Amino acid sequence: MEFLEIILLSFLVVCAISVALSKNLLTSIVIFMAYSVIMSIIWMILESPDLAITEAAVGAGVTSVLFYITLKKIHAMKGEEDDETEE
Amino acid sequence: MKPRSDYELSWWRRLVRFVDGETLADVERRAEELRETNAQNQQMVDKEAEHVFEQEVKEDREDRKRRLEIEHEKEAKALLEKYKNWPKEHGVRIFGRLYAVMAVVLCVAIIATLLVTVSYLPEFGSPDNPNNNEVVEKYNAEGLYDTGATNNVAGMILDYRAFDTLGESHVLFVAAVCVMILLRLELTKDGKPTDKKRAAEENDRLYEPKNDKILQLSAKILVPIIIMYGIYVILNGHLSPGGGFSGGAIIGAGLILYVNAFGFKEATKIMNRKNYAVISVVPLLFYAVAKSYSFFTGANHIESIIPKGTPGAIISSGLILPLNICVGIVVACTMYHFYTLFRKGGM
Repeated sequence: MEFLEIILLSFLVVCAISVALSKNLLTSIVIFMAYSVIMSIIWMILESPDLAITEAAVGAGVTSVLFYITLKKIHAMKGEEDDETEE
Repeated sequence: MKPRSDYELSWWRRLVRFVDGETLADVERRAEELRETNAQNQQMVDKEAEHVFEQEVKEDREDRKRRLEIEHEKEAKALLEKYKNWPKEHGVRIFGRLYAVMAVVLCVAIIATLLVTVSYLPEFGSPDNPNNNEVVEKYNAEGLYDTGATNNVAGMILDYRAFDTLGESHVLFVAAVCVMILLRLELTKDGKPTDKKRAAEENDRLYEPKNDKILQLSAKILVPIIIMYGIYVILNGHLSPGGGFSGGAIIGAGLILYVNAFGFKEATKIMNRKNYAVISVVPLLFYAVAKSYSFFTGANHIESIIPKGTPGAIISSGLILPLNICVGIVVACTMYHFYTLFRKGGM
Protein backbone atom coordinates (compact mmCIF):
# COMPACT_ATOMS: atom_id res chain seq x y z
CA MET A 1 0.00 0.00 0.00
CA GLU A 2 2.84 2.35 0.84
CA PHE A 3 4.41 1.62 -2.53
CA LEU A 4 1.19 2.61 -4.28
CA GLU A 5 1.02 5.78 -2.23
CA ILE A 6 4.56 6.74 -3.20
CA ILE A 7 3.79 6.11 -6.87
CA LEU A 8 0.64 8.22 -6.67
CA LEU A 9 2.33 11.06 -4.84
CA SER A 10 5.25 11.16 -7.27
CA PHE A 11 2.76 11.14 -10.13
CA LEU A 12 1.03 14.07 -8.46
CA VAL A 13 4.27 16.06 -8.39
CA VAL A 14 5.02 15.20 -12.02
CA CYS A 15 1.51 16.27 -13.04
CA ALA A 16 1.72 19.54 -11.12
CA ILE A 17 5.04 20.45 -12.73
CA SER A 18 4.02 19.44 -16.24
CA VAL A 19 0.81 21.50 -16.03
CA ALA A 20 2.95 24.56 -15.53
CA LEU A 21 5.53 23.64 -18.15
CA SER A 22 3.27 22.43 -20.95
CA LYS A 23 3.07 24.85 -23.90
CA ASN A 24 -0.30 23.70 -25.19
CA LEU A 25 -3.26 24.83 -23.09
CA LEU A 26 -5.36 21.81 -23.99
CA THR A 27 -2.62 19.49 -22.78
CA SER A 28 -2.42 21.46 -19.57
CA ILE A 29 -6.11 20.92 -18.93
CA VAL A 30 -5.93 17.20 -19.60
CA ILE A 31 -2.97 16.90 -17.23
CA PHE A 32 -4.88 18.94 -14.66
CA MET A 33 -7.75 16.48 -15.01
CA ALA A 34 -5.36 13.61 -14.41
CA TYR A 35 -4.07 15.46 -11.36
CA SER A 36 -7.60 15.67 -9.97
CA VAL A 37 -8.26 11.98 -10.54
CA ILE A 38 -5.03 11.02 -8.76
CA MET A 39 -5.88 13.41 -5.97
CA SER A 40 -9.26 11.74 -5.53
CA ILE A 41 -7.59 8.32 -5.29
CA ILE A 42 -5.26 9.74 -2.67
CA TRP A 43 -8.24 11.10 -0.71
CA MET A 44 -9.68 7.60 -0.88
CA ILE A 45 -6.46 6.16 0.55
CA LEU A 46 -6.48 8.83 3.27
CA GLU A 47 -9.95 7.54 4.28
CA SER A 48 -12.00 10.53 3.27
CA PRO A 49 -14.39 9.24 0.62
CA ASP A 50 -16.52 12.38 0.82
CA LEU A 51 -13.70 14.47 -0.51
CA ALA A 52 -12.82 11.81 -3.07
CA ILE A 53 -16.31 11.95 -4.58
CA THR A 54 -16.31 15.75 -4.63
CA GLU A 55 -12.83 15.98 -6.09
CA ALA A 56 -13.67 13.55 -8.87
CA ALA A 57 -16.91 15.35 -9.74
CA VAL A 58 -15.74 18.95 -9.42
CA GLY A 59 -12.01 18.78 -10.10
CA ALA A 60 -11.98 16.27 -12.91
CA GLY A 61 -15.47 16.93 -14.24
CA VAL A 62 -16.98 20.36 -14.01
CA THR A 63 -13.82 22.50 -13.75
CA SER A 64 -12.25 20.86 -16.79
CA VAL A 65 -15.44 21.29 -18.79
CA LEU A 66 -15.51 24.98 -17.92
CA PHE A 67 -11.87 25.25 -18.98
CA TYR A 68 -12.68 23.56 -22.29
CA ILE A 69 -15.49 26.00 -22.98
CA THR A 70 -13.24 28.92 -22.19
CA LEU A 71 -10.57 27.60 -24.54
CA LYS A 72 -13.16 27.17 -27.27
CA LYS A 73 -14.45 30.69 -26.77
CA ILE A 74 -11.01 32.25 -27.01
CA HIS A 75 -10.19 30.04 -30.04
CA ALA A 76 -7.20 28.49 -28.32
CA MET A 77 -7.99 24.92 -29.32
CA LYS A 78 -6.06 23.72 -32.34
CA GLY A 79 -7.96 22.16 -35.23
CA GLU A 80 -11.03 24.22 -34.47
CA GLU A 81 -10.50 26.47 -37.52
CA ASP A 82 -10.44 23.51 -39.90
CA ASP A 83 -13.73 22.39 -38.46
CA GLU A 84 -15.38 25.67 -39.25
CA THR A 85 -14.02 25.97 -42.79
CA GLU A 86 -15.31 22.52 -43.66
CA GLU A 87 -18.88 23.50 -42.97
CA MET B 1 37.69 76.07 -91.83
CA LYS B 2 39.11 77.91 -88.92
CA PRO B 3 42.86 78.58 -88.77
CA ARG B 4 44.81 77.54 -85.79
CA SER B 5 45.24 80.17 -83.09
CA ASP B 6 48.98 80.48 -83.67
CA TYR B 7 48.56 80.70 -87.44
CA GLU B 8 49.24 84.46 -87.49
CA LEU B 9 52.55 83.93 -85.78
CA SER B 10 53.67 81.03 -87.83
CA TRP B 11 56.65 81.40 -90.20
CA TRP B 12 54.50 80.55 -93.17
CA ARG B 13 52.11 83.42 -92.47
CA ARG B 14 54.96 85.83 -91.99
CA LEU B 15 56.40 84.71 -95.31
CA VAL B 16 53.02 85.16 -96.98
CA ARG B 17 52.73 88.67 -95.59
CA PHE B 18 56.21 89.53 -96.59
CA VAL B 19 55.46 88.34 -100.06
CA ASP B 20 52.23 90.36 -99.95
CA GLY B 21 54.24 93.57 -99.40
CA GLU B 22 54.44 94.20 -95.70
CA THR B 23 57.74 95.42 -94.31
CA LEU B 24 59.68 93.29 -91.97
CA ALA B 25 59.17 95.75 -89.08
CA ASP B 26 55.44 95.72 -89.66
CA VAL B 27 55.44 91.98 -89.53
CA GLU B 28 57.44 92.08 -86.31
CA ARG B 29 55.08 94.62 -84.74
CA ARG B 30 52.07 92.70 -85.78
CA ALA B 31 53.55 89.52 -84.40
CA GLU B 32 54.26 91.38 -81.13
CA GLU B 33 50.66 92.62 -80.92
CA LEU B 34 49.32 89.23 -81.64
CA ARG B 35 51.54 87.68 -79.00
CA GLU B 36 50.29 90.23 -76.48
CA THR B 37 46.65 89.66 -77.23
CA ASN B 38 47.25 85.95 -77.12
CA ALA B 39 48.94 86.31 -73.78
CA GLN B 40 46.06 88.43 -72.54
CA ASN B 41 43.62 85.90 -73.80
CA GLN B 42 45.61 83.21 -72.14
CA GLN B 43 45.58 85.18 -68.93
CA MET B 44 41.84 85.65 -69.17
CA VAL B 45 41.35 82.00 -69.79
CA ASP B 46 43.67 81.16 -66.94
CA LYS B 47 41.86 83.52 -64.64
CA GLU B 48 38.53 82.10 -65.59
CA ALA B 49 39.81 78.62 -65.13
CA GLU B 50 41.20 79.60 -61.77
CA HIS B 51 37.91 81.15 -60.80
CA VAL B 52 36.01 78.06 -61.84
CA PHE B 53 38.48 75.91 -60.01
CA GLU B 54 38.10 78.00 -56.86
CA GLN B 55 34.38 77.84 -57.14
CA GLU B 56 34.60 74.12 -57.60
CA VAL B 57 36.82 73.79 -54.59
CA LYS B 58 34.45 75.91 -52.60
CA GLU B 59 31.48 73.87 -53.70
CA ASP B 60 33.42 70.75 -53.02
CA ARG B 61 34.19 71.93 -49.54
CA GLU B 62 30.58 72.86 -48.90
CA ASP B 63 29.47 69.58 -50.29
CA ARG B 64 31.81 67.70 -48.03
CA LYS B 65 30.63 69.79 -45.11
CA ARG B 66 27.03 69.00 -45.90
CA ARG B 67 27.83 65.35 -46.34
CA LEU B 68 29.60 65.33 -43.00
CA GLU B 69 26.62 67.02 -41.41
CA ILE B 70 24.28 64.39 -42.89
CA GLU B 71 26.55 61.67 -41.64
CA HIS B 72 26.57 63.19 -38.19
CA GLU B 73 22.82 63.41 -38.26
CA LYS B 74 22.60 59.82 -39.38
CA GLU B 75 24.89 58.73 -36.60
CA ALA B 76 22.86 60.66 -34.05
CA LYS B 77 19.66 59.14 -35.38
CA ALA B 78 21.11 55.65 -35.25
CA LEU B 79 22.22 56.25 -31.70
CA LEU B 80 18.77 57.51 -30.79
CA GLU B 81 17.19 54.47 -32.45
CA LYS B 82 19.56 52.28 -30.53
CA TYR B 83 18.62 53.94 -27.26
CA LYS B 84 14.96 53.75 -28.15
CA ASN B 85 15.17 50.11 -29.13
CA TRP B 86 17.34 49.15 -26.22
CA PRO B 87 14.42 48.19 -23.96
CA LYS B 88 12.89 46.20 -26.82
CA GLU B 89 16.01 44.30 -27.77
CA HIS B 90 18.17 44.01 -24.70
CA GLY B 91 15.95 45.26 -21.90
CA VAL B 92 13.30 42.65 -22.49
CA ARG B 93 15.89 39.93 -22.64
CA ILE B 94 17.54 41.10 -19.45
CA PHE B 95 14.15 41.50 -17.77
CA GLY B 96 13.14 38.03 -18.95
CA ARG B 97 16.30 36.51 -17.55
CA LEU B 98 15.89 38.41 -14.30
CA TYR B 99 12.25 37.35 -14.18
CA ALA B 100 13.14 33.69 -14.68
CA VAL B 101 15.86 33.83 -12.07
CA MET B 102 13.65 35.64 -9.58
CA ALA B 103 10.78 33.22 -10.22
CA VAL B 104 13.02 30.25 -9.53
CA VAL B 105 14.49 31.90 -6.44
CA LEU B 106 11.05 32.81 -5.10
CA CYS B 107 9.68 29.36 -5.83
CA VAL B 108 12.60 27.66 -4.15
CA ALA B 109 12.27 29.99 -1.15
CA ILE B 110 8.57 29.25 -0.77
CA ILE B 111 9.10 25.51 -1.19
CA ALA B 112 11.90 25.57 1.37
CA THR B 113 9.76 27.52 3.84
CA LEU B 114 6.87 25.13 3.43
CA LEU B 115 9.08 22.06 3.76
CA VAL B 116 10.68 23.44 6.91
CA THR B 117 7.23 24.15 8.33
CA VAL B 118 6.03 20.68 7.43
CA SER B 119 9.04 19.12 9.10
CA TYR B 120 7.96 20.72 12.40
CA LEU B 121 4.44 19.26 12.15
CA PRO B 122 3.60 16.25 14.31
CA GLU B 123 3.67 12.89 12.62
CA PHE B 124 0.66 12.06 10.49
CA GLY B 125 -1.89 9.86 12.26
CA SER B 126 -0.05 9.47 15.56
CA PRO B 127 -2.41 9.08 18.54
CA ASP B 128 -0.91 11.85 20.70
CA ASN B 129 -1.41 14.54 18.07
CA PRO B 130 -3.02 17.74 19.34
CA ASN B 131 -6.05 17.22 17.16
CA ASN B 132 -6.98 14.03 19.04
CA ASN B 133 -8.54 15.90 21.93
CA GLU B 134 -11.89 15.84 23.72
CA VAL B 135 -13.71 17.34 20.70
CA VAL B 136 -12.99 14.31 18.57
CA GLU B 137 -13.82 12.03 21.46
CA LYS B 138 -17.17 13.73 21.92
CA TYR B 139 -17.96 13.61 18.22
CA ASN B 140 -16.99 9.97 17.97
CA ALA B 141 -18.77 8.86 21.12
CA GLU B 142 -21.92 10.95 21.07
CA GLY B 143 -22.23 11.93 17.44
CA LEU B 144 -24.65 9.18 16.62
CA TYR B 145 -26.80 9.96 19.67
CA ASP B 146 -26.74 13.72 19.07
CA THR B 147 -27.40 13.79 15.37
CA GLY B 148 -28.77 10.35 14.50
CA ALA B 149 -26.50 10.12 11.45
CA THR B 150 -24.39 7.03 10.85
CA ASN B 151 -22.08 9.06 8.67
CA ASN B 152 -20.17 11.10 11.22
CA VAL B 153 -19.01 13.63 8.65
CA ALA B 154 -22.57 14.47 7.60
CA GLY B 155 -23.55 14.76 11.24
CA MET B 156 -20.73 17.19 11.76
CA ILE B 157 -21.12 19.44 8.76
CA LEU B 158 -24.93 19.58 8.83
CA ASP B 159 -25.58 19.46 12.57
CA TYR B 160 -22.68 20.51 14.75
CA ARG B 161 -21.22 22.78 12.10
CA ALA B 162 -24.35 23.60 10.14
CA PHE B 163 -23.59 27.30 10.36
CA ASP B 164 -20.36 26.81 8.40
CA THR B 165 -22.15 24.83 5.75
CA LEU B 166 -24.78 27.53 5.38
CA GLY B 167 -21.96 29.99 4.83
CA GLU B 168 -20.42 27.69 2.26
CA SER B 169 -23.67 27.37 0.37
CA HIS B 170 -23.97 31.12 0.34
CA VAL B 171 -20.41 31.46 -0.90
CA LEU B 172 -21.32 29.19 -3.79
CA PHE B 173 -24.50 31.18 -4.42
CA VAL B 174 -22.59 34.46 -4.35
CA ALA B 175 -20.01 33.00 -6.74
CA ALA B 176 -22.81 32.04 -9.13
CA VAL B 177 -24.27 35.53 -8.86
CA CYS B 178 -20.87 37.09 -9.57
CA VAL B 179 -20.38 34.93 -12.65
CA MET B 180 -23.88 35.91 -13.70
CA ILE B 181 -23.02 39.61 -13.38
CA LEU B 182 -19.92 39.08 -15.49
CA LEU B 183 -21.19 36.76 -18.18
CA ARG B 184 -24.96 36.91 -18.34
CA LEU B 185 -26.54 38.53 -21.37
CA GLU B 186 -29.80 40.23 -20.48
CA LEU B 187 -33.18 39.75 -22.07
CA THR B 188 -35.29 42.72 -23.15
CA LYS B 189 -38.14 43.85 -20.95
CA ASP B 190 -40.77 41.72 -22.69
CA GLY B 191 -38.65 38.62 -22.27
CA LYS B 192 -37.32 38.38 -25.81
CA PRO B 193 -33.61 37.81 -26.37
CA THR B 194 -31.54 40.85 -27.36
CA ASP B 195 -29.34 40.91 -30.45
CA LYS B 196 -26.25 40.19 -28.37
CA LYS B 197 -27.87 37.18 -26.76
CA ARG B 198 -29.10 35.91 -30.11
CA ALA B 199 -25.61 36.31 -31.55
CA ALA B 200 -24.16 34.38 -28.62
CA GLU B 201 -26.66 31.57 -29.21
CA GLU B 202 -25.86 31.53 -32.92
CA ASN B 203 -22.17 31.41 -32.07
CA ASP B 204 -22.80 28.63 -29.59
CA ARG B 205 -24.51 26.53 -32.20
CA LEU B 206 -21.26 26.46 -34.14
CA TYR B 207 -19.53 24.85 -31.22
CA GLU B 208 -22.23 22.36 -30.39
CA PRO B 209 -21.37 18.80 -31.27
CA LYS B 210 -23.38 18.06 -34.39
CA ASN B 211 -25.30 14.94 -33.46
CA ASP B 212 -22.21 13.08 -32.39
CA LYS B 213 -23.42 9.47 -32.37
CA ILE B 214 -20.76 8.16 -30.02
CA LEU B 215 -21.29 10.96 -27.53
CA GLN B 216 -25.07 10.60 -27.71
CA LEU B 217 -25.04 6.85 -27.17
CA SER B 218 -22.61 7.05 -24.26
CA ALA B 219 -24.61 9.92 -22.80
CA LYS B 220 -27.81 7.90 -23.17
CA ILE B 221 -26.27 5.09 -21.14
CA LEU B 222 -24.29 7.18 -18.66
CA VAL B 223 -26.47 10.18 -17.82
CA PRO B 224 -29.25 8.22 -16.03
CA ILE B 225 -26.66 6.28 -14.06
CA ILE B 226 -24.75 9.43 -13.12
CA ILE B 227 -27.87 11.30 -12.02
CA MET B 228 -29.20 8.27 -10.13
CA TYR B 229 -25.84 7.94 -8.39
CA GLY B 230 -25.90 11.62 -7.52
CA ILE B 231 -29.38 11.26 -6.02
CA TYR B 232 -28.21 8.20 -4.13
CA VAL B 233 -25.23 10.09 -2.74
CA ILE B 234 -27.47 12.95 -1.63
CA LEU B 235 -30.16 10.78 -0.08
CA ASN B 236 -27.67 8.55 1.70
CA GLY B 237 -25.61 11.49 2.87
CA HIS B 238 -26.31 10.72 6.51
CA LEU B 239 -25.70 6.98 6.13
CA SER B 240 -22.73 6.60 3.80
CA PRO B 241 -19.91 8.85 2.55
CA GLY B 242 -21.05 11.74 0.44
CA GLY B 243 -23.67 14.36 0.99
CA GLY B 244 -25.22 17.39 -0.54
CA PHE B 245 -22.19 18.96 -2.13
CA SER B 246 -20.72 15.79 -3.65
CA GLY B 247 -24.08 14.54 -4.90
CA GLY B 248 -24.97 17.95 -6.29
CA ALA B 249 -21.67 18.14 -8.15
CA ILE B 250 -22.29 14.67 -9.60
CA ILE B 251 -25.78 15.62 -10.79
CA GLY B 252 -24.42 18.85 -12.24
CA ALA B 253 -21.75 16.94 -14.16
CA GLY B 254 -24.43 14.55 -15.46
CA LEU B 255 -26.60 17.44 -16.62
CA ILE B 256 -23.64 19.03 -18.38
CA LEU B 257 -22.93 15.74 -20.16
CA TYR B 258 -26.57 15.54 -21.25
CA VAL B 259 -26.59 19.09 -22.57
CA ASN B 260 -23.31 18.49 -24.36
CA ALA B 261 -24.71 15.49 -26.19
CA PHE B 262 -28.28 16.56 -26.95
CA GLY B 263 -28.19 20.36 -26.93
CA PHE B 264 -30.07 22.89 -24.86
CA LYS B 265 -33.48 22.37 -26.43
CA GLU B 266 -34.78 19.69 -24.09
CA ALA B 267 -32.91 20.82 -21.00
CA THR B 268 -34.31 24.35 -21.19
CA LYS B 269 -37.83 23.00 -20.62
CA ILE B 270 -36.94 22.20 -17.01
CA MET B 271 -33.92 24.41 -16.35
CA ASN B 272 -34.99 27.84 -17.55
CA ARG B 273 -34.42 31.17 -15.90
CA LYS B 274 -37.58 31.23 -13.82
CA ASN B 275 -37.12 27.71 -12.50
CA TYR B 276 -33.48 28.37 -11.80
CA ALA B 277 -34.27 31.41 -9.69
CA VAL B 278 -36.85 29.45 -7.67
CA ILE B 279 -34.75 26.30 -7.40
CA SER B 280 -31.62 28.04 -6.19
CA VAL B 281 -33.19 30.50 -3.76
CA VAL B 282 -35.86 28.33 -2.08
CA PRO B 283 -33.44 25.66 -0.77
CA LEU B 284 -31.14 28.32 0.66
CA LEU B 285 -34.04 30.02 2.40
CA PHE B 286 -35.29 26.69 3.69
CA TYR B 287 -31.82 25.90 4.96
CA ALA B 288 -31.56 29.21 6.76
CA VAL B 289 -35.03 28.91 8.30
CA ALA B 290 -34.65 25.26 9.25
CA LYS B 291 -31.33 25.75 10.95
CA SER B 292 -31.92 29.11 12.54
CA TYR B 293 -33.23 27.53 15.73
CA SER B 294 -29.80 26.13 16.51
CA PHE B 295 -28.13 29.36 15.47
CA PHE B 296 -30.06 31.21 18.15
CA THR B 297 -29.68 28.62 20.86
CA GLY B 298 -25.99 27.86 20.37
CA ALA B 299 -24.28 24.75 19.16
CA ASN B 300 -25.67 22.52 21.88
CA HIS B 301 -29.17 23.24 20.79
CA ILE B 302 -32.39 22.57 22.63
CA GLU B 303 -34.39 19.44 22.04
CA SER B 304 -35.33 19.25 18.40
CA ILE B 305 -38.99 18.99 17.44
CA ILE B 306 -38.08 16.76 14.55
CA PRO B 307 -37.65 13.14 15.60
CA LYS B 308 -34.29 11.55 14.91
CA GLY B 309 -35.66 8.17 13.93
CA THR B 310 -33.75 4.94 14.01
CA PRO B 311 -30.10 5.34 13.00
CA GLY B 312 -29.39 3.68 9.67
CA ALA B 313 -32.87 4.11 8.23
CA ILE B 314 -33.19 6.39 5.22
CA ILE B 315 -35.64 8.72 6.98
CA SER B 316 -33.73 9.47 10.14
CA SER B 317 -31.33 11.92 11.76
CA GLY B 318 -33.72 14.84 11.84
CA LEU B 319 -32.94 17.73 9.53
CA ILE B 320 -29.79 16.33 7.93
CA LEU B 321 -31.61 14.61 5.07
CA PRO B 322 -33.67 17.66 3.95
CA LEU B 323 -30.66 19.91 4.34
CA ASN B 324 -28.59 17.55 2.23
CA ILE B 325 -31.25 17.66 -0.44
CA CYS B 326 -31.26 21.47 -0.32
CA VAL B 327 -27.51 21.73 -0.65
CA GLY B 328 -27.52 19.15 -3.42
CA ILE B 329 -30.12 21.04 -5.44
CA VAL B 330 -28.28 24.34 -5.01
CA VAL B 331 -24.95 22.85 -6.03
CA ALA B 332 -26.34 20.97 -9.04
CA CYS B 333 -28.15 24.08 -10.31
CA THR B 334 -25.08 26.22 -9.76
CA MET B 335 -22.84 23.85 -11.71
CA TYR B 336 -25.29 23.64 -14.58
CA HIS B 337 -25.81 27.38 -14.55
CA PHE B 338 -22.06 28.00 -14.65
CA TYR B 339 -21.91 25.82 -17.73
CA THR B 340 -24.69 27.65 -19.54
CA LEU B 341 -23.24 31.02 -18.57
CA PHE B 342 -19.85 30.09 -19.92
CA ARG B 343 -21.28 28.74 -23.14
CA LYS B 344 -23.89 31.26 -24.18
CA GLY B 345 -24.36 33.79 -21.44
CA GLY B 346 -27.35 32.42 -19.59
CA MET B 347 -30.04 29.82 -19.97
